Amino acid sequence: MDFFTEHLLTAILFSPVVAGLVLLFLPGEEKKLLRVAAFIGSLIPLALSLILWFRFDPTATGFQFEEQAAWYEAINSSFHLGVDGISLAMILLTAILTPLAILASFGISDRVKAYMILFLFLETGMLGVFMSLDLLIFFVFYEIGLVPMYFLINQWGSATGERKLWGGMVVPARTYASFKFMVYTMGASLGLLLAIQMIGVVSGTFDLPELYRSWTSLSGTYFGLDIAQVKTIAFWAFTIAFALKVPVWPFHTWLPDAHTEAPTAGSMILAGVLLKLGAYGFIRLVLPLYPDQAKYFAGAIAFLAVMAIIFGAFASYGQTDFKRLVAYSSVNHMGFVVLGIAAAALSVGTENAVIAMNGTVLQMFNHGLSAAGMFFLVGVLYDRTHTRDLTKYGGLFPLIPVYGGILIFTSMASLGLPGLNGFVSEFLVVRGAWPVLTLHTALSMIGLLFTGAYILKGIKSTLHGPVNKEWIGHLKEIDKRELLVIVPLMALMLWLGIWPGWLLGVINHTVTALFG
Amino acid sequence: MAFPILSIIVFTPLAAGLLLLLVPGEKQNEIRVAALGAAAFTLLLSIFVYFGYDEGVGGYQFVEKYGWLPQLGVSYYVGVDGLNAPLVLLTGIVMFTGVLISWKIDDRPREFFAFLFILATGVFGVFVALDLFMLFFFYEIAVFPMYLLIAIWGWKVTREYAAMKLTLYLFIGSVIALVGALGMYFASGLGTFDMIALEQANFSPGFQAWAFPMVFMGFAVLGGLFPFHNWSPVGHVAAPTAVSMFHAGVLMKLGAFAALRVGMMLLPQGAQMWMPVVLFLALINVVYGAFIAMVQTDFKYVIGYSSVSHMGLVMFGLASMSRTGFVGAGMQMFSHGVMTALFFAAVGMVYDRAHTREIPKLGGIAKNLPVVAVTFIIGGLVSMGMPGFSGFVAEFPIFMGVWGGGSSPINTNWNFAAWVMPLIAIIAAISIVVTASYIIRIIRKVFFGEMPAEFEGHITSISALDKVALIFLATILILLGIFPSLMVPMVESGVENVLRLFGGA
Amino acid sequence: MILAVLPELLLLVLAGLVLVFDMLWKDEAAKRNLGWLTAGGTLLILLVSWGAARPVGDPGPLWGGMIRHDWLGFVFKSIAIFGAGITALFAMDTESLGKKGEFYILLLTSTIGMAFMASSADLIMLFLAIETTSIPLYVLAGFSKADDKSTEAGFKYLLFGAMTSSVMLYGFSLLYGFAGTTDLYALAQGLASGALAGPAVAVAGLMVLVGFGFKVSMVPFHFWTPDVYEGSPTPVTGFLSTASKAAGFAVLIRFMLAAFPGVGGSGMEATLGIMLAVFAAFTMTLGNTIALVQNNIKRLLAYSSIAHAGYILIGVVAATKLGVTSAVFYLIAYLFTNLAAFGVVSIVGRAVGSDEVTAYSGLSRRSSGLSLAMLVAFLSLAGVPPLGGFVAKVWVFAAAMNANMIWLAIVGVLNAIVGVYYYLIVLKYVYLYRSDDEDKAIKISRPDALALGILTLGILLIGTIFAPWWGFADAAAAALF
Repeated sequence: MDFFTEHLLTAILFSPVVAGLVLLFLPGEEKKLLRVAAFIGSLIPLALSLILWFRFDPTATGFQFEEQAAWYEAINSSFHLGVDGISLAMILLTAILTPLAILASFGISDRVKAYMILFLFLETGMLGVFMSLDLLIFFVFYEIGLVPMYFLINQWGSATGERKLWGGMVVPARTYASFKFMVYTMGASLGLLLAIQMIGVVSGTFDLPELYRSWTSLSGTYFGLDIAQVKTIAFWAFTIAFALKVPVWPFHTWLPDAHTEAPTAGSMILAGVLLKLGAYGFIRLVLPLYPDQAKYFAGAIAFLAVMAIIFGAFASYGQTDFKRLVAYSSVNHMGFVVLGIAAAALSVGTENAVIAMNGTVLQMFNHGLSAAGMFFLVGVLYDRTHTRDLTKYGGLFPLIPVYGGILIFTSMASLGLPGLNGFVSEFLVVRGAWPVLTLHTALSMIGLLFTGAYILKGIKSTLHGPVNKEWIGHLKEIDKRELLVIVPLMALMLWLGIWPGWLLGVINHTVTALFG
Repeated sequence: MAFPILSIIVFTPLAAGLLLLLVPGEKQNEIRVAALGAAAFTLLLSIFVYFGYDEGVGGYQFVEKYGWLPQLGVSYYVGVDGLNAPLVLLTGIVMFTGVLISWKIDDRPREFFAFLFILATGVFGVFVALDLFMLFFFYEIAVFPMYLLIAIWGWKVTREYAAMKLTLYLFIGSVIALVGALGMYFASGLGTFDMIALEQANFSPGFQAWAFPMVFMGFAVLGGLFPFHNWSPVGHVAAPTAVSMFHAGVLMKLGAFAALRVGMMLLPQGAQMWMPVVLFLALINVVYGAFIAMVQTDFKYVIGYSSVSHMGLVMFGLASMSRTGFVGAGMQMFSHGVMTALFFAAVGMVYDRAHTREIPKLGGIAKNLPVVAVTFIIGGLVSMGMPGFSGFVAEFPIFMGVWGGGSSPINTNWNFAAWVMPLIAIIAAISIVVTASYIIRIIRKVFFGEMPAEFEGHITSISALDKVALIFLATILILLGIFPSLMVPMVESGVENVLRLFGGA
Repeated sequence: MILAVLPELLLLVLAGLVLVFDMLWKDEAAKRNLGWLTAGGTLLILLVSWGAARPVGDPGPLWGGMIRHDWLGFVFKSIAIFGAGITALFAMDTESLGKKGEFYILLLTSTIGMAFMASSADLIMLFLAIETTSIPLYVLAGFSKADDKSTEAGFKYLLFGAMTSSVMLYGFSLLYGFAGTTDLYALAQGLASGALAGPAVAVAGLMVLVGFGFKVSMVPFHFWTPDVYEGSPTPVTGFLSTASKAAGFAVLIRFMLAAFPGVGGSGMEATLGIMLAVFAAFTMTLGNTIALVQNNIKRLLAYSSIAHAGYILIGVVAATKLGVTSAVFYLIAYLFTNLAAFGVVSIVGRAVGSDEVTAYSGLSRRSSGLSLAMLVAFLSLAGVPPLGGFVAKVWVFAAAMNANMIWLAIVGVLNAIVGVYYYLIVLKYVYLYRSDDEDKAIKISRPDALALGILTLGILLIGTIFAPWWGFADAAAAALF
């Protein structure tokens, strides 16, 4: 038992891998067995995360449950894990979403074993990013999450659709989407890689707590440039890498394809957690390591965030593909995250920063829930209708009232209806950003307006209006398994909307310590 | 007299090969089993040596020295240190998996394994040699069996041309290095070929200025350094699978290692003078190799050029003249060796069944050959430098070494502006993305996607032996990626040795 | 005194025995056993000589200053005798040679001449010995009366040999005239004190060089080599290319370094040295480049042996102890290698009926043993470890570098590269190409197998455990320094 308490984080981190390896030895034809085994396997990190949650001391500052083991001593990198309020929230999010996503994947029947194993490995990758306190380990887990996602999209993505490439070659849409996703992310993280190498060379360590102390106080000339210039270049390298992941406009172009072509569960995780990796990178790395540069360029970043909010909303509104609509909505919602980050960067040390950052982290959590929920619901409908085209739907509410109700609920959370979680986080971001980034915040209201517009459009096209005769008698109601997926999400959305304190309190403490 | 384990490792393949020649040619199965036995035995011994090496003590261990031609100071002198122990292990691994992969050869398997083993002996000999004459002796032994192996069992279309080109290139390289080495022998005034004694010889800078390029470049030909890399892709493609595995996996490391051992360690001032040139050439290797690989349509050529690119990284690490760069180079030699053996094994299996290596013509192989697909993907991830695998563990320190190279304590001769090395590192990093793109392209096209109709029914699954080989190699790549401490401390202790010769740090 | 000429005496006795048994054994088949007799006899002679007649210290001139019983002579004698024994073995099953007693007698007689060549210390003795060697060889070259090429070879050899001999003799007489003595060792002093114009001595030296150059196939006295090697019966070619050449080198080395000890220094003698070096370079280059275009394997090997003479000359030219040692070592390695090469050619030529390189296609499937022997021989010629040729080449080049003739070493190295090419091409035929006669195995007779086995083993030994052989070469060189 002691082992667990001392190595709780490692246990959480690697239990999905262990589960995946167990799955490796199960027979490939027993689909049901594999699905159930995978689901149970994914509940273990959830259980452990809950233990972590309850043992976490919200009043303490600094990192808790730290573990450090020698890893690559030759270059001064160690396997260093630890959590604070922010990462705890993210870990919890990941641990909650993964079992739900696996549950949502019970409909997959092609190569179930490979699918489930990839999913579990993916979970480890994501958890690793949130837990790591060593730059190199961070990078390792950051990159390694790409591989399972690539295959998930490529192999189990949407069956139809094609894209034409330069030179006339025609490839399936999912091939295009997965390749774009992988290469874009790797390309952007190249700068990250180089900057990390440079930090390692200059500081002689990759350990984050150490770097927080030593890196910020560096001075002198390096590589023929003044340290400030070096830091600026590194800042932008980090920023571009994370900006692509979040995604911030204009680095977002991979997202609509990837989200749309991914299988339902893949989209849930992609939107629910993977985007948060980028935002987390900003909070954990960019802001603490480059406070001056972040402050200096905060306006530019906020501008991009606002563009994301506005354009994301507009683009979303213009879609006829339901999934693509939700995909662009992610761009829109994550824009608020980045806006909050920019505001916090600009006003570090003030109350505004704290409020904005609180909003940011909460928005990350909330959007995770609502985006996962939305994608799931789109998937539910697709399973029945085999189309995502909004124009083909119409007035489905009477046919599937339970589903309809759930869809409305989730959409409202996504929209930011007061009483549900989305409102709280968006409000906090706006409140925190308003004093320092007034113009930007004002402009983002346009986006917010259109958020409402596209959500309502989605609901209207799907549920309201004249019933589309095609579907009468052919549409099954949402079933028990699907309910099992969405209900926890709904519960959380409601709970966070009415009483966010349980989560916000933990986040707040950490945020105050870091940015207050 | 301690148990002469290194000599046994060196000579077991030779003895096995010669014994095999005495077996009647028709007893093919007995021949294969005997070959596998010898390979397994050698592998076990090399594992023993690897784990038996004590990094805390460092220096050369398992040393054996016998007079060979005492009148001229030639001795049979072997020993392992942190740098060559991983390479000895690598050779054992590649030899073992190579025999497994070659199980199906039915045209004179006896001669095939005999020549392959003679090649293996040469390779082992070079890695453990501590006497300069002995190093050359075994170096040449490692070159010539390649000719026969490629010319007889290679790909019919280009094998004769490739075999001759490869042999001549390598021979020319080794002969140039030999002239340099003989120069060292005479200039040292010590009358011995003992490399450890020669390390203290204090050659004049003028001598080193001409001897170093001869020795380093002569060996770097085998390492595939631009512009002497031409033999490599052609040779890779024409060779039979096991020979390609050896060639890319081990032989090219021979060149880099000998360049380090003889060039850099014995002529350190020469190294300091000439390394900027090597650095730029290695940079060309890395970037140019990756771009050329991207436009190939023959599967095997892609991997051949990718080898040129990755060996360039090894040279890159050496040329950075920094501790981390050296560590990375040492790791990359091992990691790339295993990875490329895996690649060629996989390619060979695909070709044996599909009878084509043209990427546009292949597709959907993963359905029938899932193990090949998965292990190839793992190899591909290593090649891209994906973290979590050994490729990242190797490439990361190399880049760090280049970043920090400008201020490395042993770089006393260079006068680069401080931004040059970082810029070089950044340019080299382009290759990572290029590598990723062509690797993903191949994986997608060859293993996934539609299988062309003509392959239906022809893509039979691989044998258990093949699976063992592939999984063995893939596991090593994963293990090393997760636990770099399995090899890094060893390489580090070897690097200490090298740094000492440069006078510090 | 007797011990000094023990090998020669024993060879004479053996020759007599062969003559007697030739008369006694009338039956053709029985006459073949003369080969066993010769081979066994030479083996015995070698054992006895090594046991009882090894040189000890420096006994100075013997037999009236005619010979010197030193290691230089002894090593080369042994080379010649060994070569004769192996040749006898190879010749046993050759149609026109094996069953004729005259063959063995001529072989032995020539060997006696070579033995004397090796230890001659006097100009007249030298000439006698050279003639004793050459005349039987002329006959042996033309031994296959039915074969036109053989007759042509013999005749050509005779004409060339006679011409160069006469020039050499004239050179000898000039030297005697200048120095007043025929003793090689006194020649140096005589020349120095004779206070003669350098050019005159140089001319004499050059004329002498003509004769020696002919014997070792040095450019520009090599013209006879390809035709004679190609035309002669193959076992004879083997003998010619190894033992005869070795004897020629023995004489060259002794003459150059005893009579012109200053050849490494400055002055006229140094010019002679440089001239030799240039000849060496040309020899290597010409031999290797023309070998590239040969289709007949005997001609190819002929040019190859010209090239090898060039390599050996590098060692001689270096004129240091290391140089001579490396040259002698090379000759030892070359003895085994070339005999093996020509042995294989002899066997295959008999079985296939052709000496074209293309006839070797598919040899590896017809006889893996023969192919292996050929592989070992050719790779040794190419200079590949772990065979004798590698070590030999390394040290010859090293000697050149040590004597500050780096350019010569580089020429040698470049030539070695060229050599690799054509040796590998032949091996490609053996191992890769197919022929229609593949399934007809080639049977190797007992004497051939024995000879090839000894030679192959020898090549491997010289290449791996080379200390003892180097020791012999070293002792031989020490005799001159």
